[in-house]
Amino acid sequence: MKPKDTAEHFILSSSPHAHADSSVSRIMLDVIIALLPTTAAGIWFFGLPAVWTVATCVATCIVTEALCRMAMKRESTIGDMSAIVTGLLLALNLPAGLPLWMAVVGSVFAIGVAKQVFGGLGMNPFNPALAARAFMLISFTGPMTTWLKPLWWKTPEAMTTATPLALMKGLYAVDCTASATPHARHALEELPSLCDMLVGNMPGCIGEVSAAALALGAVYLLWRKVITWHIPVAFIATVVVYSLIAGGAPAYAQVLTGGVMIGACFMATDYVTSPTTSAGKLVFGFGCGLICMLIRQFGSYPEGCSFAILIMNALAPLINRWTRPRPFGAK
Amino acid sequence: MKTVKSQFKFKGGVHPDYNKELARGKAIERMPVPAELVVSMSQHLGAPAKCIVKAGDYVVKGQLLGERNGFISVPVYAPASGLVKSVEPRFGPAGGKAPAVVIDTTAAAPEGVDATERTLAPLDWKTATKEELLARVNDAGICGMGGAGFPTCVKLNPPPGKRCEYLILNGAECEPYLCADHHLMLERADRVRLGVEIMRKILGMPAVRIAIEANKPDAIAAMEKAFADIDGNVEIVVLPVLYPQGSEKHQIFATVGRVVPEPPALPIDVGCVVENVGTVAAIADAVEKGAILLSRVTTVSGDAVAEPKNVEAPLGTKYSDLIAFCGGEKGRVAKLISGGTMMGFAVSTADISTTKTTSGLLLLSGRRVFQYSSQACINCGRCVRACPMNLNAAEIAKAVESDDIKSAEDAHVMTCIECGACSFSCPAYRPITQFCRRAKNSIRARIAAEKAKAAAAAAK
Repeated sequence: MKPKDTAEHFILSSSPHAHADSSVSRIMLDVIIALLPTTAAGIWFFGLPAVWTVATCVATCIVTEALCRMAMKRESTIGDMSAIVTGLLLALNLPAGLPLWMAVVGSVFAIGVAKQVFGGLGMNPFNPALAARAFMLISFTGPMTTWLKPLWWKTPEAMTTATPLALMKGLYAVDCTASATPHARHALEELPSLCDMLVGNMPGCIGEVSAAALALGAVYLLWRKVITWHIPVAFIATVVVYSLIAGGAPAYAQVLTGGVMIGACFMATDYVTSPTTSAGKLVFGFGCGLICMLIRQFGSYPEGCSFAILIMNALAPLINRWTRPRPFGAK
Repeated sequence: MKTVKSQFKFKGGVHPDYNKELARGKAIERMPVPAELVVSMSQHLGAPAKCIVKAGDYVVKGQLLGERNGFISVPVYAPASGLVKSVEPRFGPAGGKAPAVVIDTTAAAPEGVDATERTLAPLDWKTATKEELLARVNDAGICGMGGAGFPTCVKLNPPPGKRCEYLILNGAECEPYLCADHHLMLERADRVRLGVEIMRKILGMPAVRIAIEANKPDAIAAMEKAFADIDGNVEIVVLPVLYPQGSEKHQIFATVGRVVPEPPALPIDVGCVVENVGTVAAIADAVEKGAILLSRVTTVSGDAVAEPKNVEAPLGTKYSDLIAFCGGEKGRVAKLISGGTMMGFAVSTADISTTKTTSGLLLLSGRRVFQYSSQACINCGRCVRACPMNLNAAEIAKAVESDDIKSAEDAHVMTCIECGACSFSCPAYRPITQFCRRAKNSIRARIAAEKAKAAAAAAK
């Protein structure tokens, strides 16, 4: 065989010349798949308003992403599916029945301000869905804290109600362990049963109510090795230990109500805004759990999960620096 | 002699597609001398050999072409007899040019020239002194044949105050596709055994550990048989299948649990010498038969070569001749790789020649070649988990991307062994290994410049 003609070159690249079967879009697809059970549960309990919210947020996020990339004269990033994940996560963190124009504003904020302003996927310091949720909670406080009763169409006389967290907040004000006051006993009795908490038969955001569906999704993500156990376990364990020490509502209620499950498994585990190393992830999860519980006990909001994660997002680069791995062979 | 399982597992590592079945089971075939050989003076790590022949000379097989040129260097010999057509710079697989001797092997020997092959006098290793054996390893032109090409006589002669406690035989062959070492252990087990006994004598009777990945049970059996009656502390260590198990540092940890400190520390600093099985067999031949290192076993494989083979070809054989010996190309070749898929060099043309370190030649079709555009880092941490050196590869890559070499240095980029596990596992297809190389080259250049400046200042 003659040497190759100089015009016919082989492809050149730096090693390695092999690649694992993984891609950003596949990871995003896995997250979407993992969110399907809790999305289905939310729609089951809150009906059509939940469907509209999810559809509005996802569609708005995709359109905003496309428009931002066009305005910035950059290649389109719709294909990486991260905009769908952001839209879905935002919707799952909103109450069903929220006016749809507010969902549109929130979605534009999530993609436009929290993500693309910083340069797009990988560059955003804060979780876009949570940043948008915090923005909406401040801007539209009333609608954002108006909760549909689960299966509200069966009890048309009272469609909205308070969340279990609001009831639990009251428990910190009184000593309910020794001689429970009638008020505290009343609050405890009003809490949903453990079974209802597990399946999600309680008021709350669309995607946060069903602990069982969220756990199913988390197991899928762990099995697909999309996430590691560190952040969810550290987060939830901190919530449990805190509530055992501080009293108030029972630990299982602290974990199963509000945003702890979806926060620990889906929001805090966002790659971009959490630390890289295992040690860093443990610190991050601990911080999320601690701040969440401090807000629940002492803050003026009944729920602190979103703020806790956002605060820890800001600390993630520092945690990364503190927990830099020790190289093999280094002193 | 006993066989044990590795008790130490290093952190990280990846599982690429091994594709070893293509060339596994293909007995080593000796390739006839091609019409033209291009023998590089830089087949080893360190200074290129100093060429002592010129165009028009007739050289005889085994004749010295290039002298050892400095402490970290080895001599180069003529792999076959022929007429020197030219001495000119030629591209090596890694991209740099080095002086090479082009030999026309079809030319007849001129009258009066004794054309019999030059060999060294056989040595009785049992009676020869350590110095005689070391000189022989050097004179036979032997360097590490696993890939780095470190001069073997330097490695076998630890500096004063350092003692070799463990001689580790590297038979891991963790690179995908490659089966050359595997077949060498199967077919030349007696050579490996003899080489170990000679090296043991040179190094002052250290314990011996033969490290083989668990996916080569026949090689393990062959080594067990060959070493069955050896005396002293000899163990075959079966390593789990994990890339980069063949990396020197990781092999030392997997076999004896010792950790080599960061560069400039060497394995001898923790009492270990690691040699590739091919190198060991070459030492046996050099001592017992007086044979000079003139050929090596190379795996020619991939989905775009007609007949994947393990070929023993003369050093300096052009890739195009090697491919022709394996039945030529099958379909269109998109990528030609010198070495394995994880650390091998992609080359632009088949007009490059084999060296003492060419362990493999891979022909990949477009189906096997990954062409992609990389995305922004999503901070997923896969590279950090994959890195066998426990580096924060993502952080290094991001720093280098914004030309912040200082931050990369602070993140220990000089410890990187360029195994490719990070790039392999990156879902955003970022060329992380390439970023690390860029940082290392830049840091080395800076250190060299600082040294030159200091020397110039001292000279004033």
